[in-house]
Amino acid sequence: MTDMALPTPADTPVRRKRRPLSRSKVFRRVLPWLVVAALFLLWQLFVDGLQIEPFVLPSPTAIFAAGWQWRGPILDNAWQTFMTTTVGFGIAIVFGLFTGVAIGSSSLVYDGFYPALIGFNTIPKVAVVPILIIWFGIGTIPAIITAFLLSFFPILVNVATGIATVEPELQDVLRALGASKWQIIKKVGLPRSMPYFFASLKVAITVAFVGSIVAETVGSNKGIGNFMLVASSRFEVPLAFAGLLVTGAMGIVMYAVCSFIEQRMTGWATRSTDSAVFTPGG
Amino acid sequence: MKNFVDLDHVSLRYGEDGDGTLALQDASMRVDGGEFVAVVGPSGCGKSTLMKVVTGLWPATKGGVIVAGREVDRPLSITGMAFQNPTLLPWRTTLDNVMLPLEVAQPHASKLKRERAAYEAKARDLLALVGLKGFEDKFPWQLSGGMQQRASICRALVHEPSLLMLDEPFGALDMFTREELWLALQELWIARKPTVILVTHDLREAVFLADRILIMSARPGRIIAERTVELPRPRELSMTYEPYAVGLVHDLRDHISAARATV
Repeated sequence: MTDMALPTPADTPVRRKRRPLSRSKVFRRVLPWLVVAALFLLWQLFVDGLQIEPFVLPSPTAIFAAGWQWRGPILDNAWQTFMTTTVGFGIAIVFGLFTGVAIGSSSLVYDGFYPALIGFNTIPKVAVVPILIIWFGIGTIPAIITAFLLSFFPILVNVATGIATVEPELQDVLRALGASKWQIIKKVGLPRSMPYFFASLKVAITVAFVGSIVAETVGSNKGIGNFMLVASSRFEVPLAFAGLLVTGAMGIVMYAVCSFIEQRMTGWATRSTDSAVFTPGG
Repeated sequence: MKNFVDLDHVSLRYGEDGDGTLALQDASMRVDGGEFVAVVGPSGCGKSTLMKVVTGLWPATKGGVIVAGREVDRPLSITGMAFQNPTLLPWRTTLDNVMLPLEVAQPHASKLKRERAAYEAKARDLLALVGLKGFEDKFPWQLSGGMQQRASICRALVHEPSLLMLDEPFGALDMFTREELWLALQELWIARKPTVILVTHDLREAVFLADRILIMSARPGRIIAERTVELPRPRELSMTYEPYAVGLVHDLRDHISAARATV
């Protein structure tokens, strides 16, 4: 019951031991693949059974065929999207961490900047892309910036929350020792906000993809977004769907990477209860 | 040292513009160096505020606070604190948690890198003294509540503070664990003789541990009475059931009931 849906976390360095997987654990690992396969199968049966036209809803086999045929351009464009997304995401991490620390550690900065940030985050980023294109021209930079704009906010909010919610008693313990504000952040605030930070990365990477693809769709000559736009304007619907699948796959891979790093870095926060050593008698 | 802690008619009002709660009013108390003092009182009487004033975490609104011969105007680094909640850091092992004050408090912080081994040995000794030998490399969530609290007390003591402030440190524990920790704390105190101010709700605890018990009034708090505990050291748990201690507990109870009634 304490198992996670994702690969079970390797709790702490102390307990990290490879054990042979039990049958239910093997099933748990395989299940996501089975679900995807079953979905594709249902889809295929649905399309074949009702004889739906490929330009309305192409079947998975048609999509894979089109994807394989155009694998060169797809890879090329996917690489572009992957690159703009990760660069935007990287900038978002740095910016989100720094501003998150600043906002979380000072109620003055918090009160001053938070409303403006909320307002900014409420603006649909699609509306910003045309302006970015005016400033930077069509291409890579607007996509990077859009990915950044969408993904920094969850990171910032989570880091700020982690730092702002340090227990007052703990602050007292450290302050009573003569700790400076920065020492309290370094020793307690930052490590404490790390689980929040990594959790936010998983959200941020997915919205970063949304950002770069939106920008590519609105104004770019490269990237998966542009690729799908071109494909659908030519009524090459299977190809447009192939673009969608590739995007989904990239999202899952990046999510898995973030999730893996999270487990490595903050295993202490996702420990399972069965690992607790209970020695009665205090 | 006589009058190691000296509060002279201290008042404290929370809030910046003088309309917050008045937590302390004309509270005066003196604690000698190496003395073990317990502070008891009705709930919400400002006991925790008293701790904050003594340690310099909150400045007094009125009155003088002198600790170790110096006017307190900012947090003192000669104090160690422990609370009802052990507040250990979950990403650090027990040993690293106990060593935390050494990374912050001077002069230890600047010496820690060079003399790490010596400091670590000291922290391990301390943990052994409270019965946590063998748990140094466990994480806090692998310890029971009582063990976490022991570690928390070790953390409060590791930098050898001359003033130990304990704010209901055993409040969340069951009675047996609590009594065990009383014994552990007494042992620590006899071994090192820090000045201790213990805030507690548990009158038996106060009688068992303290040299002197201060009774606070309901809010705004001040010290309304004090009792000296005439029991030899080291004390045993059974002493708290003997007529002298029972009488003292009843006497304290009456005072606190009276203080509560005036709310």
